[in-house]
Amino acid sequence: MNNWILALIQAALFIIFAPLFAGWIKRVKCWLQNRRPPSLLQPYQDLRRLLSKQVVMSVDASAVFRVAPYIVAAATLLAAIVVPLIAVNLPTTAIADVIVLAGFFALARFFLALAGMDIGTAFGGMGSSREMTISALAEPAMLMAVFTLAMVASSTNLSTVIHYVLADGMVLRPSLLFALLSMLLVGIAETGRIPVDNPATHLELTMIHEAMILEYSGRHLALIEWAAQLKLMLYSVLIINIFFPWGIASELNLVMLSTAIFAITAKLMILGAVLAVSETIMAKMRLFRVTIFLVLALTLALIGILSHIVLEIH
Amino acid sequence: MLTQLPFYQQAILTLSAMILFTSFALLAQSRVVSIIHAFAWQGAMVALTTALVAYDTGLHHLYISAFLTLALKALFIPWLLHRLIRRLGLIRELHTVEHPVMTMMIATSLVIFCYYVAQPIEQFSETITRNTIAISMSVILLGMLMLISRNKAVSQVVGFMSLENGLFFAAISATNGMPMVVELGIAFDVLIAAVIFGVFFFHIRDSFDSLDVSQFHRLSESDE
Repeated sequence: MNNWILALIQAALFIIFAPLFAGWIKRVKCWLQNRRPPSLLQPYQDLRRLLSKQVVMSVDASAVFRVAPYIVAAATLLAAIVVPLIAVNLPTTAIADVIVLAGFFALARFFLALAGMDIGTAFGGMGSSREMTISALAEPAMLMAVFTLAMVASSTNLSTVIHYVLADGMVLRPSLLFALLSMLLVGIAETGRIPVDNPATHLELTMIHEAMILEYSGRHLALIEWAAQLKLMLYSVLIINIFFPWGIASELNLVMLSTAIFAITAKLMILGAVLAVSETIMAKMRLFRVTIFLVLALTLALIGILSHIVLEIH
Repeated sequence: MLTQLPFYQQAILTLSAMILFTSFALLAQSRVVSIIHAFAWQGAMVALTTALVAYDTGLHHLYISAFLTLALKALFIPWLLHRLIRRLGLIRELHTVEHPVMTMMIATSLVIFCYYVAQPIEQFSETITRNTIAISMSVILLGMLMLISRNKAVSQVVGFMSLENGLFFAAISATNGMPMVVELGIAFDVLIAAVIFGVFFFHIRDSFDSLDVSQFHRLSESDE
C-alpha cells in the first residue's frame, strides 16, 4: 500500500516539477545569451494565465479538436506514472514496459497531429505532416536503442533495466554508450528542441510543434504546453535514470529517498544546462537535414546492438 | 563477462566499437573536410587501441606500431590531404553519396556478415581482442564499400587508407601485430602511397578538369 502511495507521489513530482525544469533550461539559456532571465516560476504563471482564459474555438472544430488536449495530457501522464523518477521497484513500473511507453508517446502525437489537421488551416496541416515525418524516423531509432538496452539487461521493464545497470557498477559498455548517444538525438527530435525544432519561436517557415497547436487557446493550450514540458522532463529522466542511475533509491526508506531526490535534482540541473549550451551553440537545421540527423541516430543505435552482439556476449 | 574485465580491456572493446562508428561516419559524410577529420579520428583510435593492446600483452614493439600509426594515420596523412584539398581549392567541396540509405543498409549487412565469418575464428582464440576480429574485418569491407560508392578521387583515397587501417587493426586483434619489419614496411608504403596520390590528384585534375573518376571512361579509345 505504501508503495502505491509513493508511486502516486512520484507521478505528482513529475507533474509539479515539469514546468520548473523548462524554466531552468530557459534561465540557463538566458545566462548564456547575456539576457536577463525571467523568474523560474514563469512557466507556472503562463499556465495559470492560460487556464484562466476563455477558450476560443473555430466553428469548424470537430470533437477531435476538443478532445485531443485531454488525450495528449492523459497519455503523457500515464507515461509519467511508468517512468521511475526517484525509486525503482515501484508497483507502477510493472504495469508497462518501455515499448508501451513509446506507445503512449505515439498516441499523444497521433491525436496532436489529428487536431492540427482538424480545423483545416494551412499551418496545422503543415505542422502535422512535418511532425509525422520526423516521428516516423525517430521512432525506429528509439526502439532500436530500447532493444539494445533490452538485450543488455534481458528485459524491457524499466525497473529491471535500471537494476541491471546499478548492479553492474562502473562498466564501459560500448553498446550502452551508443544507445545513450542515440537516445540523446532521438530525445532532441521528439521533444522538439534545437536543432530539429525551435520551441521558442513562431517563425512560420520552421515551426513544427507550434504549427500544430496554433489554433488552440485557453485551458486546451495550457494542457498541451504542460504535456510538452512533461515530455521533455520524461525524456531527460529516462536518459538519466537508465544510463546514470547512481543515487536512485532501490529500497524505500527515508534516507535513500531523500538522497534520490537530491541526486535526480542535481542530474536534471546538469542535463538541462547541457541542453541549454547545445541549443545556444547550434543553429536550427534545415527541415530536410533532419532526416540525416535521425538516420545518424538510427545508425548509432544499430552499432549499439551490433557491438553488444559482437563484442560483449562471449 | 564484460564486468569481470579490467578497465583498459573494456576500453579496448569500446574503442573498437568507436572505430566501427568512424567507418560508418566515413561512408555517410559528404563534406571533404569532415571525411578527412573522421579518418584522422579513426587513425587516432586505432593507435590508442594498439597502445592498450601493447599494455595488455606486454609486447613492447606494439608501442612503436602505435606511435607510427598515430604519427602517420592520425597526423601526417590527414595534414597532407588537408593541404592538398586546400591547394586544389576543394575545401568546401561536397562529395555527395549517391544512395545514402542503401549504402548504410549494405554497410550494416556487411558488419553482420563479418560477425558470422569471424565467429569460428574467435572460438579458437583466447586473447582479449578475439571479439574485435569481426570489427576489423568490417572496417576493411566498409573501406572497400567506400571505394565503390564514391566517385571522387579524394574520398576514394581516404577509403583506401581506412581499408589499410582495418588491415592493421585485424593484424593487432588476430595475432597481436605483424613482425616489426613488415609493419615498418607497410607504414612506409602507406606514406609513399599518400604522397603519390597527392601528385596524381594534380595530374588527374590537369587532364580532366575534375577529380571525378567517373570521367575516366574518356580514356578509352574506342569511345568516340
